[in-house]
Amino acid sequence: MATALEACKPLTREGIAQRLARDIPEGWYVNLGIGAPLKVADYIPADREVIIHSENGILGMGPVPAPGEVNPWLINAGKQYVTLRSGGSYTHHADSFAMIRGGHLDLCVLGAFQVAENGDVANWSISDNDTAPAVGGAMDLAAGARQLWVLMEHTTKSGESRLVRRCSYPLTALGAVKRVYTNLAVLDITDDGFAVRDMVPGLTLEALQDVTDAPLRMASQ
Amino acid sequence: MINKIVQTMAEAMADIRDGSIVLLGGFGSIGQPNELIEGLIEQGAKDLTVVSNNAGTGRFGLAKLLELGRVRKMICSYPRSAGSVVFEEVYRAGKIELEIVPQGTMSERMRAAGAGIPAFYTATAVGTKLAAGKEEREIGGRKYLFEEALHGDVALVEAWEADRWGNLTYRSSARNFNPVMATAAALTIVQTQHIVELGALDPEKIVTPGIYVNRVLHVPYGEPKVI
Repeated sequence: MATALEACKPLTREGIAQRLARDIPEGWYVNLGIGAPLKVADYIPADREVIIHSENGILGMGPVPAPGEVNPWLINAGKQYVTLRSGGSYTHHADSFAMIRGGHLDLCVLGAFQVAENGDVANWSISDNDTAPAVGGAMDLAAGARQLWVLMEHTTKSGESRLVRRCSYPLTALGAVKRVYTNLAVLDITDDGFAVRDMVPGLTLEALQDVTDAPLRMASQ
Repeated sequence: MINKIVQTMAEAMADIRDGSIVLLGGFGSIGQPNELIEGLIEQGAKDLTVVSNNAGTGRFGLAKLLELGRVRKMICSYPRSAGSVVFEEVYRAGKIELEIVPQGTMSERMRAAGAGIPAFYTATAVGTKLAAGKEEREIGGRKYLFEEALHGDVALVEAWEADRWGNLTYRSSARNFNPVMATAAALTIVQTQHIVELGALDPEKIVTPGIYVNRVLHVPYGEPKVI
């Protein structure tokens, strides 16, 4: 008999981004971390005004430009060509990070290697022996945004849980994460650790727990 | 008559000394004054500390300066990116010192320098290994790190338009670190795509007022080809 994990259909990266985008309300100012979180922008419904911030000085970032319409001076924090939405604006770096540090962003979505049950997050370096890791703006975003959500695979390629009791990788911020979106589930971080908000169809809490290092419980509805 | 516009690269680069702290604008190559870096290479100053978000790509501009062994120390947030081959080489060979600074802390340290603020506290990096050796203080129930202002001897800046007083505008996201660095250095040198008559810039749209600028060189290089 197939286990619940084998029977369910994990989300693709796009699927996680789509799931997360559903939960962003109109009017929020949101920074999307480089990599997978940037895909969230593709799934925000056109009739919902959500303002995307890019830490290199863009507020009101729009989608990738159509071929032949690239502004060669307009890139996002992931160094991809982007556009500016109508109503968008530019700032210099210190003002852009003042928006972040000053608590003006409603939400930041980051990718991560590990999230701990106390909200600690590790996303910038995989080893204390790496002496030239690239931190970029991750620590500023994790400490400064009003809410931090993490978008990541539930386990590593070799099957190790990324939701852990304590992070073993170098930390990006302490106690910062409020919610995690994985290919298997959406989980809140509460005073009592991870609380499962929902799971992909067919998955059970027991099967999810089997692939998760940190203890899980269902969120109270 | 004030005229900060210089005619040659040699004039632009005059008096940059060995051992200088050089603030280098740009995010990747966008907004990075690559011709001024070439000028600095030609000028010959060495033993430099370079403050820049990234550590250069390819083998031109900042990467070339690194390859020539002219940089003693890099202060940056994101040294490794696609194409940062030269940095990797010199770093692995132990030929360069590296200080990793979170991007927002780096920009605020320069903003503070330009604004006469000697230091500040920030929640960024509390509890991480980048907090090592830094004073931690609790204010209003939250922990913060003590960070000092970061002054430059020289800032190399790329602008879109400039006039002879050194008033500057920028283009899209090429603004990035440039206006902050312009305020934080003793000597601010600008390369600009366009020179305009004094009075032609809309005062409502000037981002960097000329008080922060010492020299302006006209470098109409066209469009950036590399990100």
